[in-house]
Amino acid sequence: MKIVVAVKRVIDYNVKVRVKADNSNVDLNNVKMSINPFCEIAVEEALRLREAGVASEIVVVSIGPKQAQDVIRTALAMGADRGIWIDSADAEMNALDIACLLGRVVEAEQPGLVLLGKQAIDSDNNQTAQMLAALCDFPQATFASAVTVEGDQVVVTREIDGGLQTLALDLPAVISTDLRLNEPRYVKLPEIMKAKKKPLTTTTPEQLGVHLENTLSLLRVEPPAERSPGIRVESVDQLIENLKHQAKVL
Amino acid sequence: MEKVENSERDAMAFDVVIVGAGPAGLSAACRLMQLAQAAGQELSVCVVEKGSEVGAHILSGAVIESRALDELFPDWRERGAPLKVAVSRDELYLLRNEQKAVRIPQALIPATMHNSGNHVVSLGNLCRWLAEQAESLGVEVFPGFSAHQLLLNADGSVGGIITGDMGVGADGRALDSFTPGLILRAGYTLFAEGCRGHLGRQLYRRFGLDADSDAQHYGLGLKELWDIKPERHQPGLVIHGSGWPLGDGASGGFFLYHTENHQVVVGLIVDLNYRNPYLSPYDEFQRLKHHPLLAQYLEGGKRVVYGARAIAKGGFNALPKMHFPGGLLLGCNAGTLNFAKIKGTHTAMKSGLLAAETVFAAMAAGDEGGRDLADYARRFRDSWLHEELRAARNFGPALHRFGPFAGGAFNFIDQNLFKGRLPLTLHDNHPDHASLRPTRECTPINYPKPDGRLSFDKLSSVFLSGTNHAENQPCHLQLHDPSLPLGSNLLLYAEPAQRYCPAGVYEIVEENGEPRFRVNAQNCVHCKTCDIKDPAQNITWVTPEGGGGPNYPNM
Ligand SMILES: Cc1cc2nc3c(=O)[nH]c(=O)nc-3n(C[C@H](O)[C@H](O)[C@H](O)COP(=O)(O)OP(=O)(O)OC[C@H]3O[C@@H](n4cnc5c(N)ncnc54)[C@H](O)[C@@H]3O)c2cc1C
Ligand code: SF4
Repeated sequence: MKIVVAVKRVIDYNVKVRVKADNSNVDLNNVKMSINPFCEIAVEEALRLREAGVASEIVVVSIGPKQAQDVIRTALAMGADRGIWIDSADAEMNALDIACLLGRVVEAEQPGLVLLGKQAIDSDNNQTAQMLAALCDFPQATFASAVTVEGDQVVVTREIDGGLQTLALDLPAVISTDLRLNEPRYVKLPEIMKAKKKPLTTTTPEQLGVHLENTLSLLRVEPPAERSPGIRVESVDQLIENLKHQAKVL
Repeated sequence: MEKVENSERDAMAFDVVIVGAGPAGLSAACRLMQLAQAAGQELSVCVVEKGSEVGAHILSGAVIESRALDELFPDWRERGAPLKVAVSRDELYLLRNEQKAVRIPQALIPATMHNSGNHVVSLGNLCRWLAEQAESLGVEVFPGFSAHQLLLNADGSVGGIITGDMGVGADGRALDSFTPGLILRAGYTLFAEGCRGHLGRQLYRRFGLDADSDAQHYGLGLKELWDIKPERHQPGLVIHGSGWPLGDGASGGFFLYHTENHQVVVGLIVDLNYRNPYLSPYDEFQRLKHHPLLAQYLEGGKRVVYGARAIAKGGFNALPKMHFPGGLLLGCNAGTLNFAKIKGTHTAMKSGLLAAETVFAAMAAGDEGGRDLADYARRFRDSWLHEELRAARNFGPALHRFGPFAGGAFNFIDQNLFKGRLPLTLHDNHPDHASLRPTRECTPINYPKPDGRLSFDKLSSVFLSGTNHAENQPCHLQLHDPSLPLGSNLLLYAEPAQRYCPAGVYEIVEENGEPRFRVNAQNCVHCKTCDIKDPAQNITWVTPEGGGGPNYPNM
């Protein structure tokens, strides 16, 4: 079975996100970018399925400008077999655009399973996997915390409000990964060198026959209001006093 | 955990392994490839870097001279090197107190401190660019991997390095994710770890490299990057100064450079030979920013990044022997910074070029590695680097010995009138860790509370360094004698680590009425000050899991 994994390049999770002075967007100047942590979990899961003998080939796809190739190389260094970079240059895209592009890749590759992160930590949309499943007419399981393939079905444990839900889906299927699914492996140095030689093909939205029409316009981005610093109170009385008169919660 | 035997580790072999993707290491890597290509030879070169990406651990000013870069890539402009802001104005001040500043007339400034023709850069971004050049020349660059141990050949020569194990728990046991470090074998290994390199320290000891040199001296550099109001921004304006708030035998200097995109960098370098254990370099820096000379630019702006890094400033007299069987020391790992200019980038790069030329010449002549390349010392002696550092040899010692005023006058005479050729050499052999006086001989310093606009507390600062270490891992700050912090250090010096560490790693906390020494190693910004300044020399900094540490952007 072939697995297609989608990976996105996002602001690194250690970076303190800043908003541009004119509030037009997040400032990406001089900001460290990395593979989206949920996508990394999706790659790891695909590798484990291959190691378990379930999958035979892992294809990673990323959409974005030139640097999107970096996260494909990261996935290849983790162990994926080949990469597809969809060069979208600087185009602004929404989740539907991404799902359409991925849909074309799925059409061409005919995978048994498509794995995606449940959301990208930059825009937190949580839409692409669901849209992709609808476009391909595949069954879907979101927020996966356990995945096992049994015959021509995949059994997925989902994290839902207040508990876990287990679903069995017919393959081919789309699964989006949650945080507790696995802990991604360390990339090994020789694998980084090997990854440079693994096949990475380039395509474009035009070649895939997708016309990008971003139907969303971003009006304004605001940083969260700054919290006023805490104070240390001297006594319980003072605490009650402050809660009553300053915070006005008592 | 059982010690992993080298025989169980995977190994890879390169002609040359370089430790550290700073200006020194990357310049050496590029030059090696250029030479190999010119000679039509195959050469395998790799660079390991402990930061999560190239530049993540680089913190500098920086106003740089392009001399070495001109030699390495004469066409650096066409190649798009990030030297975009030329120095437009150069000002030097002496701060008399928290209000007054006296500008030093240009005619009285030691010639070495003139900056026309230099560029204001982010050294982190310059390194990112150098790494791209290196990769396109065929160098393998591996960020996220630390050189944790030396690999020694049977004859005692250096045969490469071993990268750090990954996935080891705090208790030293292997976690599920355990991935053993890898042996990187090399004909020659170039150590370019920067100031106070942790393998460098081992090499100094093993090969007695500093047996004939003066004690190394250090400073702790603290730095912030600010977005300022566009109307206050003057690209290329470079301000240096000294004086307030340091006093009472403590010395150092500050800088404020206007870079691009309405950003300025502001920093303070505190000499680590200070005596009063109550001194806190961090708090000195915070109050410095309230001086009107600096506040006039920062007011109304927003702090973006904070970080700190030690510098080695002993200069010529403290230079060790830089070659040993199987390897060479490069850049600040040897101490090539020119303190009279407060610049170490062009000198580190030049040492990298010389090292590359040495190694390539040897290998081209059939040498397979492991030899002691004394040719490096000869090339160094014949280079402008030697001439430059020798001319500056008295600058630091004069300041240490005569203080900022008389020392400054001496330096003016030495550097401007005699161009560093005065026929005398001043020595300063008192190591920085031995300079602290017991608290009973010193006065506590009351630092003002941060106002949250110009000055900030330590923890919110560390947050802006993007520092992150995998939580479950052995402590990378090793105490030889765990009783000393609460023993002599607390009794004699009120445990100065609480104050000199710019990241709040060391704390004395009370637990059940008893003092306890706490090490918050996950906050460490890899500045190396504790390794340098601990009066008992009881702390050894070792590399944590690769990729850990600060995540500096354009610092
Ligand atoms: C606050 C401050 C201001 C400065 N201002 C200026 C200035 O204006 N102009 C100027 O020219 N110079 C300036 N300098 C000095 C200059 O930054 C240094 O001289 C220069 O960076 C030295 O280069 P290097 O390559 O030797 O070491 P570094 O730049 O320190 O690079 C060493 C690299 O090696 C990596 N490394 C270390 N140990 C290991 C290991 N064991 N395994 C893997 N990787 C490792 C580090 O992460 C780092 O990336 C300043 C320094 C400071 C701190
Ligand atoms: S623990 Fe040591 S190296 Fe780390 S930030 Fe503190 S003083 Fe610097």
